[in-house]
Amino acid sequence: MTITLLFMAFLMGVVVWWLVKQTINIKPWVMDDGVLVGDVDAGVLSEPKAKTGLWVFLAVVTSMFCLFISAYAMRMKLGDWTPLPEPDLLWVNTGLLVLSSIALQWARNAAKQDRIDSLKVGLNVAGVLTIGFIVGQLFAWRQLVDDGYFLNSNPANAFFYLFTALHGLHILGGLVAWIRAVSRLWRGSDAAQVRLSVELCAVYWHFLLIVWLILFGLMLST
Amino acid sequence: MSTATTMHDETGHVPPAEVEEVELYHAKTWLGKYVFSQDAKVIAIQYGCTAIAIGMVGLVLSLMMRLQLGFPNEFSFINPSNYIQAVTMHGMIMVVYLLTALFLGGFGNYFIPIMIGARDMVFPYVNMLSFWIYLLSVLILVASFFVPGGPSGAGWTLYPPQVMLEGTPGHEWGAILMLVSLAFFIIGFTMGGLNYVVTVLQARTRGMTLMRLPLTVWGIFMATILALLAFPALLVSAIMMLFDMLLGASFFMPAIVSMGEQLDHSGGSPILFQHLFWFFGHPEVYIVALPAFGMVSDILSVHARKAIFGYRMMVWAIVAIGGLSFIVWAHHMYVSGMNPYFGFFFATTTLIIAVPTALKVYNWVLTLWRGNIHLTIPMLFAIGFIFTFVNGGLTGLFLGNVTVDLPLSDTLFVVAHFHMVMAVSPVLVLYGAIYHWYPKISGRMFHQGMAQFHFWITFVGSYAIYYPMHYLGLMGVPRRYFSMGSTDFILPSAQGLNEFITIAAIIVGVTQLLFIYNLVWSLFKGEKASDNPWNATTLEWQTATTPPGHGNFGKELPLVYRWPYDYSVPGEDIDFLPQNQPPRGAG
Repeated sequence: MTITLLFMAFLMGVVVWWLVKQTINIKPWVMDDGVLVGDVDAGVLSEPKAKTGLWVFLAVVTSMFCLFISAYAMRMKLGDWTPLPEPDLLWVNTGLLVLSSIALQWARNAAKQDRIDSLKVGLNVAGVLTIGFIVGQLFAWRQLVDDGYFLNSNPANAFFYLFTALHGLHILGGLVAWIRAVSRLWRGSDAAQVRLSVELCAVYWHFLLIVWLILFGLMLST
Repeated sequence: MSTATTMHDETGHVPPAEVEEVELYHAKTWLGKYVFSQDAKVIAIQYGCTAIAIGMVGLVLSLMMRLQLGFPNEFSFINPSNYIQAVTMHGMIMVVYLLTALFLGGFGNYFIPIMIGARDMVFPYVNMLSFWIYLLSVLILVASFFVPGGPSGAGWTLYPPQVMLEGTPGHEWGAILMLVSLAFFIIGFTMGGLNYVVTVLQARTRGMTLMRLPLTVWGIFMATILALLAFPALLVSAIMMLFDMLLGASFFMPAIVSMGEQLDHSGGSPILFQHLFWFFGHPEVYIVALPAFGMVSDILSVHARKAIFGYRMMVWAIVAIGGLSFIVWAHHMYVSGMNPYFGFFFATTTLIIAVPTALKVYNWVLTLWRGNIHLTIPMLFAIGFIFTFVNGGLTGLFLGNVTVDLPLSDTLFVVAHFHMVMAVSPVLVLYGAIYHWYPKISGRMFHQGMAQFHFWITFVGSYAIYYPMHYLGLMGVPRRYFSMGSTDFILPSAQGLNEFITIAAIIVGVTQLLFIYNLVWSLFKGEKASDNPWNATTLEWQTATTPPGHGNFGKELPLVYRWPYDYSVPGEDIDFLPQNQPPRGAG
């Protein structure tokens, strides 16, 4: 559970630090008649709400993957663990995911600068690459099954299928947001109208890329 | 995040500006207004009714257990299988589907927007989905009563390997439905939880600084953060368990011989499941307790006409309890054969968590000290809460110590402890809160006499149920047992005590029907409530209409000038100053 605890400690640290900044030395019961106390700004975050929502969601997903990794580390120590050979195809898939992340970042920049054509290209390329990643992962499963690495034959295998499936599901969820952005562009929205959606997609894709790199690295190294 | 705050800090007081208005989604059809509603208040009532309905199922199950314990083998419809199924379902329903859903989904939805001066949650559509997914999870759970083999009978902790062995009732369908239902619950809750957090962070009205938030909002806010981070642990264990059950993986299942047959699993670790489960399970206690702490603080302050004692300390205690609740989980596993040093560590953290909790208790009592106490119904429940919470907390100190816990583990002492601290205590707050806010939510006053009766039976009755249970536990009477058989250490008098507990439980259980009757009766026949019957300061009492309409407030959002506890301020004509009342000379 060390990994999870470190993450929780980090998050709690952020929460506490932010609260201290807001609340330390404030005496809400003191009414100073000299100042218009009501004019004090509430100190709400100025970020778009959807963006804050996404970051909170990412914290939840991180918590989940941390717990999976903790479970992995604890289960690994038991005697029956036989690492499985990761198919080389995974490297290709990783490349696809990296490229899709780059394409989305490119689209995000294009949206910022109102370059609608580059935005469309970037968004479409990112989608195609991501679908390529998903298909590639399915092929990797196929390959492993053909080679006799079944889910129920070893916990290492089970974790491999579990990790890839969950990561894939999160990617699919991201693709729903991606489809919404693309369809709005098709229906004639301009860059400014999809700027936030594209930005959020990009953040989510980078996040899932990092998650994948960590999971892949973990499985390669153990 | 940081730049925004520093900017405001530098400018200090920014000039007054228009409050930013939000576009509300206005439903045109009846269905859109009352069924697939995006109004947080309607969603809150939907959550509340669903939670109370499934809670009644949990209550009936507990009475079924009590009948068997009080009058063994008198009732032919109770057998060992459905007894342990009742134990399992009662626990899971009460902890997750009733308390979590009612506190966060019900009270969270109703009071977060209205108390912080917002029109609605920030993502109303997601909020609506959250309820419907919750309802789906409840239906899946209920469906498990009707599948072959019935619901799971593995105990609410669903420990493997028991959960999937042939001897356990509901090992084929019931357990799977339970896990799937939990997964849906978590997905639904995450949708709601994102809403609660972002709404508190970003939808506060002008002047509503963090330190002017009522403690109710603080409690719900922190509980939501805990839930968002802790529920994934339950999700992870549910998913891995489903892999074991359906796909033949061996995450948790060791090699095992069941009914003379070697199962296909090998090498898994049941302890791994326990770690994951309790990593959720312990914060869950505080997910339920923190909103209760917050609401009870507000109720005490309003009905004692006095500012809450130590507001800042209360806020920081909530935060500290939230943080600490993540590092005490293994105190549920003292008997799992853990390293003694681990046990020492977790006993220490467990006892440390008593410090912020005790601070809160002192502050509640000090709020009452020399207050102008009105023994209204909500106040009775709030004071009742302090008693039961202290009681349950003190037995927690026993069980938090490894050496004391070992002999008491799995006895009725544990059952008595956690029912006092996390069943009766939060439920008393729930009742107090429902009575306190009922006039606002329904526009009517509840019936005083029925409510008085309900309080005294519930409060005294819970003591009648759980106080003797401590003695049974100290004697060594085990929990979850269908019948005791012949044992030397359990005296014959234990049976008399069990009978007494059962009779008390039936009386308390039936009285809860009176509560529901009171809610329904008052909705139609109750006296019309004024906008602010308790003379409270917080924003939900300052709405233009009662019950508040869609959008909560009138044309303009309220401007907040003061903290929520300006009661009996010296030199003022009235004994309360609403949060949106400008200071003198400012108007």
